Amino acid sequence: MDTKRRWTLDIAAWVIGLLASMVLIAHEAMASGRLATPPNAQWKTECGSCHIAYPPRLLPAQAWHRMMSQLDKHFGTDASLDPAAAAEIGAYLERYAGSSRRAQPAAGGLRITETAWFIHEHGEIPPATWKHAAVRSAANCAACHTAAEQGDFRKRNLRIPK
Amino acid sequence: MGTNRLIFPAAGFAAAMGLTAGLALAATPADQQKRFENEARAEGSGFGGFSAQRGEALFKATHGGEWSCASCHTANPVVPGKHAKTGKPIAPLAPAANAERFTDAAAVDKSFRRNCNDVLGRACNAQEKGDVLQYLMSLK
Repeated sequence: MDTKRRWTLDIAAWVIGLLASMVLIAHEAMASGRLATPPNAQWKTECGSCHIAYPPRLLPAQAWHRMMSQLDKHFGTDASLDPAAAAEIGAYLERYAGSSRRAQPAAGGLRITETAWFIHEHGEIPPATWKHAAVRSAANCAACHTAAEQGDFRKRNLRIPK
Repeated sequence: MGTNRLIFPAAGFAAAMGLTAGLALAATPADQQKRFENEARAEGSGFGGFSAQRGEALFKATHGGEWSCASCHTANPVVPGKHAKTGKPIAPLAPAANAERFTDAAAVDKSFRRNCNDVLGRACNAQEKGDVLQYLMSLK
């Protein structure tokens, strides 16, 4: 009886430890700015045609799911895809989606710029920088994150236009 | 006699492969135009050809909305454009400046579907698509 209970406790501890490290690793990836995921050609081409292909980790799975279900009304433009491409990209985004609560946009929103994580990371950026001719929009990651296309948002590759 | 037995099927196979590859890869702007012409004839009464002038007018008008085609593709589509909202560079649209344009039917259809919806608030018909392509093909 005692041994059985200890086994159960052991297993529970391992499971909790494993889950905790997964969450920590995800957190660490977000904080360090390494957001690259295994490449997917459809995602890169389709999501990257009007803006950079934003890293899947920047939003939670259910936000990606909702976004992919309303591509014909995508932040004011029609970004609709054929069903096969949409299904493949949707699955890819959800597979590598962010798991942190901080990747969750403010109530009902789908904007990466409205996540707690984004707001925290960009708090020091003065309003003038956002309005800079080379930036213009917070959607324009590559204006400052020079390796954003490669999923690399580390500080060492950050060049804020003056 | 014996060799012919091998050569004919091989030649036939090579020809079939070439044809398949040709169909998949070698679509030209003129092929798209032919497709739009067939659609326009099927769509309605009295197809009277495509007009570069009508296409240019459609391309540069805002149609009561915020954007025209030129908002992103510029009023001179032989030069690179820029997405009106995100600022992402867009390669030139005119085939004379960009050999990849209008060579992939699926890509052509996708762009017309989305962009007509954004600019005109509706789908474009085959006559309109052909007119715009006529205009783009007229640019040097």
